[in-house]
Amino acid sequence: MPVFPSDPYGFLTQWFNNLLLHQGLPETTVRLISFAVGSLILVLGSLLFCLLLIWAERKIGGRVQDRLGPNRVGPYGIVQAVADMMKIFTKEFVTPAGVDKVVYNLAPVLSVAAVIMIWAVIPFTITFFGTDLNVGVLYIVAVGGLAEMGIVMAGWGSNNKFALLGAFRAVAQLISYEVPMVVALLLPVMLSGSMKLSEIVRSQDVWYIITAPVAAAIFFITSLAENGRAPFDLMEAESEIVAGFNVEYSGLKFGFFFVGDFLHAFTIALLFSVLFLGGWRGPAADQIPILGFFYLGIKTAIVYFFGLLVRFSLPRFRIDQMMNLNWKMLTPLSLGILIATALVDKGSANLLSSMAPTARLIVRSIILVLANVLVVWSFSDIFDVALGKRPRPVVALEPRPVARPEQPPTPTEGGTP
Amino acid sequence: MILQIFFLIVALVTLVSAFLVVTARGLMHSALWLVLALFGVAVLFAFLEASFFAVVQVLVYIGAIAILIIFAVMLTRRTKDDSGARLIKGWWVAMLASLALFAGLVVAMSTWPGFQIGPGAGPDPAILPQFGMDLVDPNKYAIPFEVASILLLAALVGAIYIAAGRKEGKG
Repeated sequence: MPVFPSDPYGFLTQWFNNLLLHQGLPETTVRLISFAVGSLILVLGSLLFCLLLIWAERKIGGRVQDRLGPNRVGPYGIVQAVADMMKIFTKEFVTPAGVDKVVYNLAPVLSVAAVIMIWAVIPFTITFFGTDLNVGVLYIVAVGGLAEMGIVMAGWGSNNKFALLGAFRAVAQLISYEVPMVVALLLPVMLSGSMKLSEIVRSQDVWYIITAPVAAAIFFITSLAENGRAPFDLMEAESEIVAGFNVEYSGLKFGFFFVGDFLHAFTIALLFSVLFLGGWRGPAADQIPILGFFYLGIKTAIVYFFGLLVRFSLPRFRIDQMMNLNWKMLTPLSLGILIATALVDKGSANLLSSMAPTARLIVRSIILVLANVLVVWSFSDIFDVALGKRPRPVVALEPRPVARPEQPPTPTEGGTP
Repeated sequence: MILQIFFLIVALVTLVSAFLVVTARGLMHSALWLVLALFGVAVLFAFLEASFFAVVQVLVYIGAIAILIIFAVMLTRRTKDDSGARLIKGWWVAMLASLALFAGLVVAMSTWPGFQIGPGAGPDPAILPQFGMDLVDPNKYAIPFEVASILLLAALVGAIYIAAGRKEGKG
């Protein structure tokens, strides 16, 4: 029986379920109702939390760039986001002529939903999670695909060529960066032997940022790119494509895209903490679940802060630089680290199985860190080439003579070439 | 009871959107209806408690294939003023063929022992690890699995070769 102060969530759910069961409702109905109520609370909570996030982001952004940030409404400007929200509520919906009504209106909803759906599987404490899917990691990747659908629908439904171009660009970026991200996500899965997020957290006796630092770095970079913020904010390059896929949106619908964006930034920090920083784990978090919530909060805040730091200090990439980084550096590196970790972890399993548990953990971590270092070192050549420090080595054969006319046929006079 | 109502709603949505894929005006709308139909199938998988297949359905069909189709459609000219006959002449041949395929599938599936089991029982939790092991087991499906991988690799290489084109004065 969960007690209130140490596990308020477990206590409340049990109380609520018992309340409904005593009304004589069947068990499936009770489960259905409590899931519906839980998801409603989670969605409302995350959306309201977004107000705080917007304030925090603007304030931190201001400080990073040597400005004050919002400082007029409320102490430290903390109510500024509420005022902005009120303003956006009262704005008129301007629907341009020729839009595809359903698609146009569905797109903002979809892009917020895709972010919030991730929250369904995140284990906040040992007892507090929406659902513990046994394919949690895969689910996160799949939900990311829905965000792409939202962008495509926004771009196409707006009936505007800039919006369409922005959507093309955004989706190209998202799909590209999904490749190394998925491969990097495989490392926690491989090390823990499970796709369940709760299992991944539970198995992190040593945080995976230590045993899989390269994967953690790749995941961090790619999730910044998935979020589409500076330095990866090519999808809203004002000077080239006006404002990207959301150019035709106004009022609350435009706000939806931004709510999705702010929430996504926090969600990836949350995911990073769960996957690589041990989630809710910390001293005494097993006995007192509410502590885990604070541990996860602190870890997430730190990762979120680093994400903001990157966002507010780096300039935007050029599109070829962005693609180079992804296809020529991150993708090969993620594949290399995947293969190396798989081989090393399986290869050392026999050696480790005879050791004491503590020694096994330490030796396994050391071996994995060495493997990471080795992989990064062996990739330094590839990075030099990708960064342009060194010319690309010629691996192709010299062109061989083939049976074809030396001179291409000249276009005939007056004919089309 | 509630689950059955949900199932009926999802099945109806899936079927209607599948029908609209064929009949909708405008290629882009067809593509979007296709997404909804595929999503309905994913929800049906979730009803059967086959979460792996539900997630893979969303990941592969909506996240990858549907996006690809939508890109292809968007790059096609004159998708918006698509105003021809919706049906080609031999539509009944296609209908007969698909009906025959459907009947064949039903007949083939009805011989399977699990055909009569209703939803709610849920699959055996050990079946997914077994599925994974069988795919790499040389006595079972390792060779078909690897052949499929090689086919995909060849398609990848081919796509890159076609997309890259030939540079002037080379190859």
